[in-house]
Formats: sequence, structure tokens, C-alpha cells
Amino acid sequence: MTYTTAIFYFFSAILVFAGLRVITARNPVYAALYLVLAFFTAAGLWMLLEAEFLAIVLVLVYVGAVMVLFLFVVMMLDINLDRLREGFWKYLPLAGLVSVLLMIEMALILGGRYFGLEVMGTPSPQPADYSNTRALGRLLYTDYVYAFELAAVILLVAIVAAIALALRRRKDSKFIDPAEQVKVKRDERLRIVKMAPVKREEWGARGEESKP
Amino acid sequence: MDWASIQTVVWTLVKILALVVPLMLGVAYLTYAERKVIGWMQVRIGPNRVGPLGLVQPIADGLKLLMKEIIIPAGANRGLFILGPILAIAPALAAWAVIPFTDTLVLANIDAGLLYVLAITSMGVYGVIIAGWASNSKYAFLGAMRSAAQMVSYEIAMGFALVGVLMAAQSLNLVDIVKGQAGGFWHWYFIPLFPLFLVYLIAGVAETNRAPFDVAEGESEIVAGFHVEYSGMAFAVFFLAEYANMILVSALTTLLFLGGWLSPLPFLPDGILWWLLKTGFVLFLFLWFRATFPRYRYDQIMRLGWKVFIPITIVWIVVVGAMMQTPYGHLFH
Repeated sequence: MTYTTAIFYFFSAILVFAGLRVITARNPVYAALYLVLAFFTAAGLWMLLEAEFLAIVLVLVYVGAVMVLFLFVVMMLDINLDRLREGFWKYLPLAGLVSVLLMIEMALILGGRYFGLEVMGTPSPQPADYSNTRALGRLLYTDYVYAFELAAVILLVAIVAAIALALRRRKDSKFIDPAEQVKVKRDERLRIVKMAPVKREEWGARGEESKP
Repeated sequence: MDWASIQTVVWTLVKILALVVPLMLGVAYLTYAERKVIGWMQVRIGPNRVGPLGLVQPIADGLKLLMKEIIIPAGANRGLFILGPILAIAPALAAWAVIPFTDTLVLANIDAGLLYVLAITSMGVYGVIIAGWASNSKYAFLGAMRSAAQMVSYEIAMGFALVGVLMAAQSLNLVDIVKGQAGGFWHWYFIPLFPLFLVYLIAGVAETNRAPFDVAEGESEIVAGFHVEYSGMAFAVFFLAEYANMILVSALTTLLFLGGWLSPLPFLPDGILWWLLKTGFVLFLFLWFRATFPRYRYDQIMRLGWKVFIPITIVWIVVVGAMMQTPYGHLFH
């Protein structure tokens, strides 16, 4: 067994274990943390496939941002574990169907030699100075530029829609716009009142009266 | 495994040690420098009792924390409580693998070095979140939530600032990025990318949870934030991570915008000394900020990150891209 194979089996074992724990862990926070572990290990496997750009971006986007927000939500929720289990039998047939489909798809890929996938051939290893990032970037912005731009526009629409759905202006909000705060003038906030001076004795007398 | 690969592994481990030991010493003496510098800025003396000029103070502090008991609260989640500090320090150290000190002195000169640093540092937030949640304390949890939201927000601005750098350098390799700035300080990227430089510097302060962005531990509101339940060495590990991250951000600022190990004037020799000087200067800025600015209010931090920094970076990326198509493009390379 070569060093690379050993690493592959090591990462795969962790990935399978983490994947199993994602669906079996009772506590949702644990499940989310195991999903983080699964993503990180998958990134390691992609690194073995010489897809270093995808591997690093997987860590950057999914581990570094998406899962953080996910954990953020899961930790804030007060989840009743018993109620989560209620619909288990009801949804079992649908879940079974989905898993059978997934298994068929996996079998098609893994058993490729029975379905004539061999014509694709294995990619040849690239030299050490080959830049995966540069190659991907060039393809994205030349050959696939329209698909790429389309995906970007769809994402933009999704962002705008999410903001539009969630944006509510409360009338009783005490939020102050910092730009308005900076622009404020003295006359708007401060009123100088001219008062006639009061003698000291009167002050003292008044002070006595107002004592509780 | 054959003999040669075992040798490679041992040699790499030796190099990792040669990197981590000076880094940890640097962290120890950064705490000393911080207390001294802030002391002088506030017209105090700072630590001066342990050893000459108080120079042994960080060692004494470390020993004290090592001797103390690590208390695990009764309601805490034991496993995750211990995992928290580990996850905080691991990325802070792992990111150093690709940081070059000179054009040959680098542990791993990988092609996508900049992306690697961004990905690894984005994992540092897990230490804070897990510590805050596992402590089973309101204050710790609030600190963790604040820190999670803040770090995710500022990472975007930071990432966009880096996009500007990689456009100018046309490489993700940190050694190549520094080499692209050769030829005197007027070739360093902080001049054509000045807005990105400022954004990166400030986002770096926010990313390391340092004052004036240290709301994750805002002691006036939430006691000490995410590490309120930690004691002894577990507490110290969070500090090691914070300071290691500070040095990392300073080193990155140096490499990306201030020419790394290159000398400011072409006739002076390049070398690691320049790297140390520039990183030291950026670290001094961190301490200076802490002594100068009061803490931000939380909603204003979010506003600054999303509504000020991200638009600035996007606009400047467009400016750099457009300028590169004009005859003045060489100014941006």
C-alpha cells in the first residue's frame, strides 16, 4: 500500500464515520459539527485528486461561512428532540425512495466499467507547477462565461429576494442612521435658556421645602 | 514506507518546530510589548518587576497559568469544552505553513497559498463558537454569537481586498506576490491598492477580535465573552491563538501590501530583517489602536463591515480592473 492509498483510506474512514454521525447524532449541534468534519475530510480527498482549488474553496465557503451560520441558527433554536422524531414512519417511504435513487446514481459511477465509462479514461497527473486555479478561471471566463454569468445573476436575484422578503421597517424602532447622526447641528439638539439670577437665600428656602 | 520518505517526514517536523517555537516566543513577547507600549501611551511604566525591565514577565505569566487548575463547569459539555481552545489555536498555527520569510525560507511554497491562508483562518471562528456554546453560560454564548457574526462579515471584506492583490500580482502564490512588488517602496501594492490596504488592515483587527472590535469579550457588557468559563492553560490557549493570529495578520499585511522581505530602497539588500521590521510595525499599529480607540457599538461594527467596507472593496476592484485595460495599467502591476 502506498502512502497516498493509506491517506485515502484514512480520510475515507473519517468521512464515512462523520457522515453516519451527521444523521445519527441526537443533538443537532453535534450533527452540524460532524458535517463540518465531513466537509473538511472531503476537502482532503479532493486534494488527493489534485483539485486543490475546489478543496480549498470547499473549506473556505462551506466550513468557513455556511456551516458557521448554520451552527449559529442551530445553537439559537430550542429544539425538542421528541417532536423531531414524530414523523419518522410517515416520511420513511419518501426517504427510502430518495436513498434508492442516490444508491443507483452511486452504483453508476462506482461500477463505471460495467457501463462503458472507461471511454472517458483516467485524467493524467499534472506536473507540480500546474495551476489548477488559473485553469479553472480561464475556463470559467472564456468557454463557460455565459453559464457563469447566468449563475451569478440567479444568485443575485436570490440575494435580492431574500432581503426583500425579510426586510421590515418597524415604526417604533429606535434605530438612528449614523449619517444623520453625524450631520446633526447644535441648534437641533440644544436650547439655551436665559434665566434671571436667583438669590441664595431663596434657593436655600426652596431646598428645605422640597426635602422629602 | 522507505527510508527516504521517513527522512522527509522527520525533516519536515523539525522545520515545523523551528517555525512554531519562535512563533510562541514571539507571542509571549508580544504580550510583554503590548503591556509596555500601552503603559507608555498611558504614562505608566508597565511590567517591570520580574527580571531586568520586566523581561521575564511573560514566562512568569505562562508558568502561573500552567500551574492553575482547569475548571470545567458542571453544566458544560465536557468534550466540546476542551475542543474549543484546540480549534482556536490549530488554524492560527496551521496558516503559518505557507507564510514565506524570504524567497527561499518557507515551509510549503504552495501555488494557492493565499487561498489556503484565507480558508484556514476562516476556521478559527469554530474555536470561539464551540467554546461559547459548550460553556453553557449566557455570557459565553452571547460572546460566541457576536464573534461568529462579526468574523463572517469581515471575512468577506478581507477576501475582496485579497482579490485586488491577486489581480495586481496575477498569482495566488505568496512568494510571487512579494516578487511582484520588487523595486523600491513605490512598487509596493499599498500605493495602487490603498483603499484595499486600509480595509484589509481594519478588517484584520476585526477578524482577530482585537480592540476596538473586541465585542466578543466586551467585559463591560458580557464579562469576558466566550472564554468567561475558562481557567488556567485552557484560557491561556485562547490568548496564544489570539496573539498568533495577530502576528499572522501583520505578516500577511506585510507580504501583500508592504513588500515582505524586500527593502524599501533598491540599493539596500533584501532580507528577513525587513520582514521582521514591517511585521513589527503593523503589530505596533494593533497595540496603538487598542490604546487609542474606544470599543465600537455592535450594530455599528456590522454596518461598517457590510455597508462601508464591502462597497469600497468592490468599487476598487472595478477600478483596478478598468485601469489595467488602459495605458496606465503598469501602475497597478
